[in-house]
Order: sequence, then C-alpha cells, then structure tokens
Amino acid sequence: MPLNESTAHELLGGILKKEIQPQKIISSVLEGIHKTDSQVKAYVRVDDNTPLQSSADFVNDNKGAIPIPVAIKDNICIHSHETTCASHILKGFKPPYNATVIEKLLNKGSRPLGQTNMDEFAFGSSTETSCYGPTHNPWNLSCVPGGSSGGSAAAVAAHEAIWALGSDTGGSIRQPASFCGVVGLKPTYGRVSRFGLIAFASSLDQIGPITKDMTDCALLLTIISGKDPKDSTSVDHPVCDYTQSLIEDVKGLTIGIPKEYFIDGIDPEVQTAVQEAIQVLKKKGAVFQEISLPHTEYCVATYYIIATAEASSNLARFDAVQYGLRRQPKQTRLNLLIDMYEQTRFEGFGNEAKRRIMLGTYSLSSGYYDAYYLRGQKVRTLIKQDFDRAFKECDAIITPTCPTPAFKLNEKVNDPLAMYLSDILTISANLSGIPALSLPCGFSKDGLPIGLQIMAKPFDEEMLFRVGYTYEQATPWHKQRIKL
Amino acid sequence: MIFETVIGLEVHLQFGTKTKIFCGCANEFGKAPNTSVCPVCLGLPGSLPVLNQTALHYAIKVALALNCKINSYIQFDRKNYYYPDLPKGYQISQFKYPIGHDGFIMIPTEKGPKKICIHRAHLEEDAGKLIHNAQDNTSLVNYNRCGTPLMEIVTDPDMRSPQEAYDYLQTLKLNLSYLNVSDCDMEKGSLRCDANISIRPKGRRALGVKAELKNMNSFKAVKAALTYEVKRQQKMILKGQKILQETRLWNEDKAITLTMRGKEEAHDYRYFPEPDLVPFTVDQDVIAQIQESLPESPQNKFERFQNDLGLNSYDAGVMIQEAAIADFFEKCVSLYPQAKKVCNWISGPLLQGIHEGKIPYDQLTLSAKSFTDIIQKVDNGDISNLTGKDILKDMLTSGKTADEIIKEKGLSQVSDDDILMNIVDEVLKENETVVQQIKDGKTGAIGFLIGSAMKKSKGKANPKKLNELIHRRISHD
Repeated sequence: MPLNESTAHELLGGILKKEIQPQKIISSVLEGIHKTDSQVKAYVRVDDNTPLQSSADFVNDNKGAIPIPVAIKDNICIHSHETTCASHILKGFKPPYNATVIEKLLNKGSRPLGQTNMDEFAFGSSTETSCYGPTHNPWNLSCVPGGSSGGSAAAVAAHEAIWALGSDTGGSIRQPASFCGVVGLKPTYGRVSRFGLIAFASSLDQIGPITKDMTDCALLLTIISGKDPKDSTSVDHPVCDYTQSLIEDVKGLTIGIPKEYFIDGIDPEVQTAVQEAIQVLKKKGAVFQEISLPHTEYCVATYYIIATAEASSNLARFDAVQYGLRRQPKQTRLNLLIDMYEQTRFEGFGNEAKRRIMLGTYSLSSGYYDAYYLRGQKVRTLIKQDFDRAFKECDAIITPTCPTPAFKLNEKVNDPLAMYLSDILTISANLSGIPALSLPCGFSKDGLPIGLQIMAKPFDEEMLFRVGYTYEQATPWHKQRIKL
Repeated sequence: MIFETVIGLEVHLQFGTKTKIFCGCANEFGKAPNTSVCPVCLGLPGSLPVLNQTALHYAIKVALALNCKINSYIQFDRKNYYYPDLPKGYQISQFKYPIGHDGFIMIPTEKGPKKICIHRAHLEEDAGKLIHNAQDNTSLVNYNRCGTPLMEIVTDPDMRSPQEAYDYLQTLKLNLSYLNVSDCDMEKGSLRCDANISIRPKGRRALGVKAELKNMNSFKAVKAALTYEVKRQQKMILKGQKILQETRLWNEDKAITLTMRGKEEAHDYRYFPEPDLVPFTVDQDVIAQIQESLPESPQNKFERFQNDLGLNSYDAGVMIQEAAIADFFEKCVSLYPQAKKVCNWISGPLLQGIHEGKIPYDQLTLSAKSFTDIIQKVDNGDISNLTGKDILKDMLTSGKTADEIIKEKGLSQVSDDDILMNIVDEVLKENETVVQQIKDGKTGAIGFLIGSAMKKSKGKANPKKLNELIHRRISHD
C-alpha cells in the first residue's frame, strides 16, 4: 500500500521501527496530490518546498515526535504563508505569526503540507462559496464534499493528506467528514486554542482533526489541545493522551437518542445506517434510551442570529487599510474613505459573506438587538440546558451527522435556506459548546458515505473516543478506500 | 429670557501601564510611528485579546477614587464603527457593565463645594492616530496608540456654567493625578475631554437639545468652546431657530465651533458582548485591597494642612497641587516641624528650581533630609538665606548633597571675628561720611555698611556678626 493511503498511527509505527523515512511520507502525499487534485481540488496551496524539520534524527532525539505532515484549512494562520479564508479580500495576506495549533504541530516535528479549500470565511456547507472555486467529493466528483472544511475532508478521503485540521462553527468539520467518509471531531469549546484561527463566530468556532480513523483522531487532538495564554477563551482543563481513551468497551453505557433528531427530512438510507449503528453498539453492551432536547427546533434560527452577528463584527477589519485587497475610491465620490471601504468590500466578499454581514448587522442594530441578538442568546442558554439535563440521563448522544449524504454541486448554492438546513443536526453542539464527533457508518446505494454523530458532555472527549472506537472496530467502514 | 446652561463632560484618561490593555506591547508615548505594535493591537486576523490585569486594577482604583459603585462582574463589549485608526473595525469597550457607576466628586465654587455626579466610568482600548499630509494629499496611520488602556469618565449633566466645567476638570485632574495611574498630560493626549452642552429657560426641568463638542486641547479651550456655544445657542433660540442635535468641533484658531456631523449621521455602534474575552467576577477582596491602597485625597490633605499644620488656605492650596510635592512637604515637616517655614522654602525656591530645571515631579531626587538640612543651616546662621537658595538649585541639577556643595564652593558663612574685622575696618575707612551720620544718630544707615561688607565677602559673611562688629567699632570710636 502506498504510504499516503496509510493512517498516521500506521506510519508512526513504521517510523519508530525505522522502516519508514519521514521524508518518504511527504513525497508520497505530494504524489497523491499530483495524481488526483486536479479533479478533487482540495488544496488552494501546496507547500512542497519546506523540508520536514523532523528528520530521522529528530524522531530519535524526541520521544513522542510525530513527523507526519498535516493539511491545514485556509483559515488557520501559518507564518509567512498566504492565508486567505478562500476570500478575494485576503489575497496576499501573509500572517507574521503561527496559529497556536501550528506551533504545537511544529513542536512535534510535524508540519503543514498545504492549505485546503473551504467556503469563503467558512460561510457554507458545500465549499462552493470559495473564491478558488469548489472542491469535489472524491467519492463522486459531481457531488460536494460538504463544508466549510470540504478541502480538508476531501484531501484526507482522497489520500492527498494523511490527516488534516479543519474548523467547526456549526458543523464545518463533521458535515464534510460525513460526506467524505472520514472521521471529524469538533472539540469542546475552549479545548483547543483559537489563536491564529481567522474568526467566523468567536463564541462558536473550534479547530479540530479530520482523520482516516479514530486512532488518528485521538492522536491529533492530543497534539493540539490545551490552555493557551494567548486565547482567553481556551480552558485550563487537563489534557490527557486521548489514545488512552480508545477503549473497545461500551458495556453499561447509556446512550441517548434524541427524538427531535430523527425527523421527517432525514433520508431513509441515513436513517437505516444510523439504526444499524445503534444495533452494533447495542450488541456491544450499550443501553439506548430515547431522550428529548425540546429546544431543537430553534437551533438553526438561533445559530444564524448569533453566528452572523459575530461574523458581521469579525469581518469589519477587512477594510483595505492594512492588508489584503484594496480598491481605490472613485475620485468623483464625495467621501473617498467610505468609497474605498465600499469598493473593496463589494469586490472582495462573495455573495454569502455579504448576506451574512447584512444579516448580522441587522440583528445587532439599535431597535432590533433585543428582538434578535438578545433573544438568540437566551434561547442559546435554553439549548445548553437541554444538553445539561440530557447528560444527567446518558453518557453520550447519537444522531445522524447530516440529514442526507453528499448532495450535488450547484444543487443548493442558490437556495441559502436549504443549505442552512444541512447543518440542522450539528449546530446544537456549537451552541452548547459540547464535543461532537462524526465517523463513517455506511454508504448509500449510490456509494456515498454516511456519517454517525456522537456527542458527549463538555470536556468528555474520552467518551467520544470510547464509543466511536468501539463502533469503528466492529465495522468495516473506515477501511474502505477510494480508488480515483 | 433668562437661560440656564447645562453641561456634562466626558473625560478620557490614558493609563500609564507598562504594556497595552490587550497585548504585551510597550505602552509608551513618543516612540517612532508603528514601532510599538503586534498582531493583537494591529487587529490582524486570528489574533485575540488578553486583558492586562494592571489596567483592570487601575480602572477599579479610579472608579473607587471617584466614589463610584463597582461592577465586580467584568464584561467587555464591542463598539462597532469604521475608521482607519481602528484596525479591528470595532473598539473593545464596556457598555452594559461599566466598572464604575453612580459616583461623585466635590468641586469648589463661589457658593461653596458642589457635588458633580459621575454617571459612569468604564475601561476600553484607545485607537491609533491619523496623520494627514496636505502636501501630497495622503493620510497615514500610526498604530502605536492602539490598545493603550483608556478610562472614560462621564458626568451627569450637573454643571451650570463653563467656569464650573473648568473647575470640575481641574478638580478631577488633581484627584486623578494623586492615583499614580496616569501622567494626566493633556499635551500628550493622556487626558482628553469632550463636552455636552444645552441651554434651557431658567426654571424649566426638561433638558434642551444638546450639542457635543470635541477637539478641545486644553481646559481653557473647553471653557472657551462652552462659552462660545452658550452664546451661539442663546442667539439661535432668541431668533426663534431650532437647535439641532449634533457633534461640533472646536476651532482653536477661529475660536468658534463648527458642525462635524448631525444626529442622522450618528453611528449605530451595534454594541454586543465581546466573545473573545470571557466575562468574570473580580473578588471582593481585591476590590477591598485596592480601596485600602487609595492615597489620601487632595481635598483631605488641604483640610489637614490647615487644621493640623496651621497653614493658611493659600499655602495649603499650593502644597496640594502636586501629589509628589504634598508628600515631600509632609516628609519635610516630620523632620523639621516648622510647617510655615518648610512651606515657604517649597513654594518659593524649590518650585522655582523645579520649573526652571523642567524637572518632572516624579523624577525629583532631592531627599527631604537634604532639603531640611539647608533650612537648618540657614536657621543656624551657617549659611546665608541667599546661599541656601543657591545650594538648593545646585542640588536639584547636580544631585550633590548640601555639604558637598558648601565644601566645593567654599560657601560656608564666615563668622571668624579676625577676618570679619578686617573687612569692617576697610568698609568704615571707605565710608567715613556714613559713619559720621550714624554717630549723629542716623542709625538706619548701618544697613548700607553691612551691605557693603557683604559684597566684599562675596556673600559669605554672617550678616548678624557683621552688624555686631560694626556697632562695636563705631561705639568704641
């Protein structure tokens, strides 16, 4: 098997036994990119110049070194490398700093291998709003890979990356992981530093791993987790070695099935796959129980009020003054400064970004704040309380990740509401701050992957690994490999 | 129609913390443009703010000194607006929960002390500075000031004249300067003031339509702008014109205010809680500690210097004008318990020396001991009053002790009878007519002889001794 088709933990085993040279992994991944990325278009930039800082010596000298390259979503800052959030407005922006997660990877002897495509500023669920054009789903090139971390998920699925980092604000790691048949995890809010992640919605964003299996997911999460003095919202909660949580045992665990998540709009094939997954875990000794999350129906509305409000403010800094795109004002205009702002933002932002800036600006405006933003925050508290109550009854919650398998390119791009609804099952984890995982649980008859979502209480990522790993070891899905 | 003026003031105070409010950049005035900046204060994408604890403690200190109630729940909000000196497109400020609210300070007026209520006092970050170049029609941004900790202190509309506004500012500045959180220097922009002003017919309770005045660079300018604005608004009302709610800029050269923007162009700041900073509660213990650490207020010192040390109100007023001077005065009095004499030495030669040498008060190295030693030496007659002042000046600039200077310059007073007698004899010989006048009973002329002898001794002679010797010589003859 070519190295690029292996998992990180398999490669690490080979490196430790001195059977694999870290440098060979890079060339193998680059070869994979070379072979298929003209079809998949997962990357916006590939960095094939920087050598892996971790030579064999580094591995020998550093216990715990993980010299395996990572694909990075284009909204995570890499020192001196163009980082654009797939937006025209940030073209040419080279941050003079690394995101904290990048620092952590470098300290382990890893390095970014390239930057992956995404919806512009992570606004979307299909990677179609990217200024670089869409990414294609490796399982079916006429389908979307999901989004916004579609590039990262597609790269991992197509063996153009061993593993990747994405970011998740309303499902942007889990939904593309589900569409591309890989594992994706949104950590507890505050588990991973957001320093260097170009913000979409600060109170919802988290960086997380996208990997080929649960073991890699645990490995990568362990590297990037922890309190960061540069991020006040990161939490000082002990970081454990999550690979120790890969326990194949769910006996006696109570798993909740929220009735509000098994609704009419769910595709029957998805329904069946998830029901079968429940049966697998039942056989392994888990106890299932129907639960209720009564405020579920308000999740999408609440999310789009809070996320757009924060986004409208976070994107205000793209004003043509310091960096990125600048369009000169028309000299005929009265106020040249305002015209520079207008021209630049008119050309620099795509339609979805403009839509969300307008929605967010509206809900924060004087006279509307109480009815929208403030009420949204109150409902958010109720949604959080739903989960607090639920986790008194159960150890984990299982739902489908998405109502459907991957949809076709261009199918929803002009129907924002339909697009927003594809996040309906993932949004609540962001609103409540809890950790949530998507892992493959089958295929549709058209050969498209289906994802299973597991949620747990805050900072109980260990529970996700325990349930997820038990399921993964009992099923063949993670071993399915694409042939492009 | 008799009008009543209603004024409320907004003061911005920069804190002199070592670093900025949300990053580790040095918080220094006057560095080369854009040299004290980092990704956080430049608002680069992906950067995040982390609160400077000292800035928070300073803010609590100011709020307590202004007798405010304290919000121990600390939440920041984003104030959204576009301007090139604001790199994030929003200012991190406090909207819903200002650190201090409902405080007051007392100001002196002709009719006695008056209470001015502090509506709110909150912590925020300062913006950068635009530099416009008219020659090539460009504007440049200096981001050094971005992220300087700033406290906004807003009064209720309690002032009734431009003079009261001026007195409030003087009192506020005095009180703030005692807290050691800021240099309170308007020239550097550490202290800035905007004013809200309206007028109404005397006796009416409802407030008139207000104008907000900006761009005043001194307290005098605030007073002048308010005075101009009172007249402008009165004229308009008397002409039957409507006053518009607007922001007006003071033009120092023309001494007028001009419209900057009207109400309809006012910003909707779209405040909402800053999600990058987690709200938290300050321990009551911490607040109590800060309360305990507050220095004695200048008003208190003013009373005490009169009641306990016997200064008159003018002298007490001079002694409290600078916290450093008030402290110095007290230290000196504890070493040399003649308050009036110490006060005179401070308000006269010391302050003069400080002003001439342009020595910042906080860089005064002179110790109370050296200072009172000089007074002691003059009192003992070891040196003349004049020499004492010269030595003091020398000490301020050279940092040497009094004894060192006396030795170096041979300034010690000559009291040796033999040396002095020679000088006296010379003087008497040169001024025989004056001697005769004294002998004839015109004793006042003796001062002239003493002066001449002093001159001959180059100021080193002990004048008391001279007087004695001249008397002795003349009566012997």
